[in-house]
Amino acid sequence: MSPRRGLRQATYRQRVMRQQMHLDVRHDAVAGDETHPMDEMLREDRLPHIWCPGCGLGIALGCFIGALTKADLDLDKVAVVSGIGCTGRVAGYIKLDSFHTTHGRAIPFATGLKLANPELSVIVFSGDGDLVTIGGNHFIHAARRNVDLTIICVNNFNYGMTGGQAGSTTPIDARTSTTPYGNFEYPFNVSSLAAASGAVYVARWTVLHVRRLENAMIEALQKPGFSLVEIISPCPTGFGRRHGERTGLDTMRYYHKHGVITHGANVHEAGIKLGGDIVEGKFVDVDRPTFLQFREDGLSKALGRNDK
Amino acid sequence: MSRRVSRPSTGKQGVLEGEFFMLGDDACAEGAICAGCRFFAGYPITPATEIAQRMALRLPETDGIYVQMEDELASMNTIVGAAWAGVKAMTATSGPGFSLMMENLGLAIMMECPCVLVNVQRAGPSTGLPTLVGQGDMMQARWGSHGPYSIIALAPTSPQELFDLTIDAFNLSELYRLPVLVMTDAEVGHMTEKVVIPPYDEIERAERPRPAVPPEEYEPYRCPPGELVPPMAIAGEGYRFHTTGLTHDERGYPATADDRVQWSLVQRLIDKIEKNRDRIIRLAEDEMDGAEVVVVSYGIAARTALWPIEMARAEGIKVGLLRLITVWPFPEERIRELAGQVKAIVVPEINMGQIVLEVERCAAGKVPVISVPHPGGGIHKPEIVLAAIRRAAGRESDL
Ligand SMILES: Cc1ncc(C[n+]2csc(CCOP(=O)(O)OP(=O)(O)O)c2C)c(N)n1
Ligand code: SF4
Ligand SMILES: [Mg+2]
Repeated sequence: MSPRRGLRQATYRQRVMRQQMHLDVRHDAVAGDETHPMDEMLREDRLPHIWCPGCGLGIALGCFIGALTKADLDLDKVAVVSGIGCTGRVAGYIKLDSFHTTHGRAIPFATGLKLANPELSVIVFSGDGDLVTIGGNHFIHAARRNVDLTIICVNNFNYGMTGGQAGSTTPIDARTSTTPYGNFEYPFNVSSLAAASGAVYVARWTVLHVRRLENAMIEALQKPGFSLVEIISPCPTGFGRRHGERTGLDTMRYYHKHGVITHGANVHEAGIKLGGDIVEGKFVDVDRPTFLQFREDGLSKALGRNDK
Repeated sequence: MSRRVSRPSTGKQGVLEGEFFMLGDDACAEGAICAGCRFFAGYPITPATEIAQRMALRLPETDGIYVQMEDELASMNTIVGAAWAGVKAMTATSGPGFSLMMENLGLAIMMECPCVLVNVQRAGPSTGLPTLVGQGDMMQARWGSHGPYSIIALAPTSPQELFDLTIDAFNLSELYRLPVLVMTDAEVGHMTEKVVIPPYDEIERAERPRPAVPPEEYEPYRCPPGELVPPMAIAGEGYRFHTTGLTHDERGYPATADDRVQWSLVQRLIDKIEKNRDRIIRLAEDEMDGAEVVVVSYGIAARTALWPIEMARAEGIKVGLLRLITVWPFPEERIRELAGQVKAIVVPEINMGQIVLEVERCAAGKVPVISVPHPGGGIHKPEIVLAAIRRAAGRESDL
């Protein structure tokens, strides 16, 4: 290991440790006596969060809370499921029934919740590595079955939590801690993967477009079936700083310059390249019976049930 | 094979009652339904497939949900999610799938989520002998998921007992809030025998402890004073609770800065089983009074030992049989006791010596412990077990 890299790892770990150890002190300093409109939806006693300065996850969570409160849901009947990763920590901050599961397995867990109690609105909030790399098989199969889940996938093109390694969403040529000479693998286009697998709603927004992002989340929450909101989000610590974006703000400027809003764009041609444009918008919004509807109709016929 | 149910259902949500000539795997599925299981997620694998098939047929008749997943990682996770939505949930698999379930078995242990995992064991390693018997996953059942924990595993010896123990597994899982393993095998799973299903109302069904406090006061991992199992809220009731696979405090919040919470959490996860050993452990004993040799075995190996035991008794050897219905937690106390009373202990099992290690540990050198291994793919030849019993009794053996 080069001395420089050793130093970097130490600072990252130290930062996380510091944040955890000074929780109480910082909480008082941050919160004081005043309350924030989002306090009701956050586990205040868990703040401050572990996310880095400049990370896009706070914005994504803010939009999510906005969407939850506006989507006309019975919040007692909402369950949020996360896998593992920086994004996976969302389940721990949101003050709803929330499940922080294992790496890659949030979707099957959520499938169990939803099928066992169809009254629940079940949302999976997790990272790109979690949902489409280690958990990719569950992602495509839940979309294929059209399980009624809202998937919010924060795509920061890398494994933030473990220190910026490459994953299946990392663009070609990108430098990460495990692609020091550049990434030589073709990446997944997350939105295209969902659409091709049968998702009924697919939208992609960067965290720069907060109102549109929030609206997309509301639509996804209200849409029956497997819906995906892909959020493009800065990870200055793991990704941005290796690509000329030292801070989250630099990345936001990049989104401003390169974000191209094209509703109804051909999602399969909307892949993301290093230094290229980011096509965003609503790509898919179609109707298809959900797994439970399909099953209920089929069983009624097969078993001669007409009570449902 | 009783693919079609041989008697009309009782009308109690399609639950069966009466006498059947039934495949072990089917009996397992019917046991689950009698226990109140209304959710099955699985992935086909020999010799456990018939459990999934039976569930696919029967759960829609009993207002339950069957879902076939994309793999065993998903199967295990999906039942954990379903259990958190308040249902009794099960999956069933065999060796390769059992290996894939290990990580999320750990999640269920950490989250204290009741559910049942059936392993119809076949011979390994790897794909091994898919259609043939094995008991090679007994240590994996105990230690297969990473980190420290205690677990409950039951070992049936007949289709009837597979039915009965599946019900017990659900009850134990609900009472102690953990995944319970039914460690059966290809012989029992694929054996067709008489199975008696008692009337629905005569079957005992345990339910998980539930919170008695309002949401503001509820902490998902706080136990009532003197108890080791915390009351469990389920999703959608308004408790707005959090649970995680990270080490967590009573509020369910991650507590990962040092080892303090880890100590109390892990200790409680272990204590809730180990301090209730008397209540959990069940053994079947036969002619133990005055026995000079005791055969300690479980599952199909205990059943195939019956014949050699009879033969040895006919030769005048006093042989007792101690059959482990509960394999985990291991009945340490009883084995220690026996070690002071008998001449030798014989342990036949269809692996190369797993549970014998536990017997040796508890016998602590006080008596010889004779392992009768088998790599899987068949059952023990009676003369092999007989020879071991003779040797244990100090008799010459012509084998
Ligand atoms: C089975 C397993 N493998 C590896 C890990 C280590 N790990 C934790 S988070 C993570 C990557 C998370 O990446 P992503 O889902 O993109 O989330 P982000 O941190 O970028 O938000 C990995 C590999 C793990 N926890 N479990
Ligand atoms: S590592 Fe990246 S994703 Fe994780 S908190 Fe830091 S900036 Fe955010
Ligand atoms: Mg990521």
